[in-house]
Amino acid sequence: MKITALATVLTLWPFFASADVTISDGWARASILASRPAAAYLTLTSNQSDQLVAITTPIAGNVTIHAVETDNDGISRMVEVDGLDLPSGEPVTLAPGSMHLMLMGLSEKLEEGTDLPLFLTFASGARMEISVPVLGPGAMRPQEQQP
Amino acid sequence: MSIEPSETSPKARLLRTILWGTIAVALAGLAIFWALDNYLGNGSKTVRYSGEADIRSEFSLTDHTGQEVTPADYTYRWQLVFFGFTNCPDICPTTLAYMASVVDLLGEDADQVAPIFITVDPERDTVPVMAEYVSVFHPSLIGLTGTEAQVAEATRNFRTWYERTEDDSAPDGYFMAHAGHIYLMQPSGEFEAVYQEGGQPPEALAQEIRKKL
Repeated sequence: MKITALATVLTLWPFFASADVTISDGWARASILASRPAAAYLTLTSNQSDQLVAITTPIAGNVTIHAVETDNDGISRMVEVDGLDLPSGEPVTLAPGSMHLMLMGLSEKLEEGTDLPLFLTFASGARMEISVPVLGPGAMRPQEQQP
Repeated sequence: MSIEPSETSPKARLLRTILWGTIAVALAGLAIFWALDNYLGNGSKTVRYSGEADIRSEFSLTDHTGQEVTPADYTYRWQLVFFGFTNCPDICPTTLAYMASVVDLLGEDADQVAPIFITVDPERDTVPVMAEYVSVFHPSLIGLTGTEAQVAEATRNFRTWYERTEDDSAPDGYFMAHAGHIYLMQPSGEFEAVYQEGGQPPEALAQEIRKKL
């Protein structure tokens, strides 16, 4: 009986494992005006090669993943990323000055001290619901480094 | 066309001399023009960007309180100048927060430095928008806007660059691509140095500015 159970767990393990994405250092920056886009940041680590394909939140009409490309002349352009590749076991960090989640069409301002719910959908079919703290408009990094 | 020299009349020889002379003058002129163009035209483009004296704090804009301003309004202070736009979700808030940290770190010396944010998107960044926006970052941060022409002139004098990029995913369908530099200008309006957020921690930049004051 025990062996059967163990075998079942082992057989199903890859299926459970495929959904195993760890999120850390998630935070959003308080927005200054509701009509201005806000940004949220986080670090994702997937133990299997996966792709973050969609993000939604009840308070924004649209969430896109943006990368910032800076050329040799120091010109910065934002580039939309359709699917964020998550190589197996490698942390992918969205942080100020590089990649960020851009939240547009906010129904309300992101107020400092509140929490922002985010729903993430992955190419593997996995879905996650997380909540990140909203820090001040001048915040540069997550308040507390997660262990 | 093969004419023997012995057969040519003095008149024809004169004509030929004039023709060759004209060609020689034209070629010499072309060579001089090409050399000058190469030296002043294409050459100067790269030189101009590294030429420090050519970056000047010269502008005529409106500040976030609605006052029309020129660099003369800040002549007794060093200027820390950044170009951006308020619909920019990442680079601009990050850089302005960084500038605010630098000003805070200057402590008592902060009144000798004017932190200035010039929008490259005056269409949306009107005086009231700028007022609300800059106040969030630092009480001493100055937000400048103006007409499209005034903003274009300011960016030309700072030798910086911006471009409207159409993007369906952007608010109102466009982003402004822009340079992320922070200029440190002398009280005279002359160029001192250029920095980038992420280039050094705010403490290091505050230290460097303090040494120059």
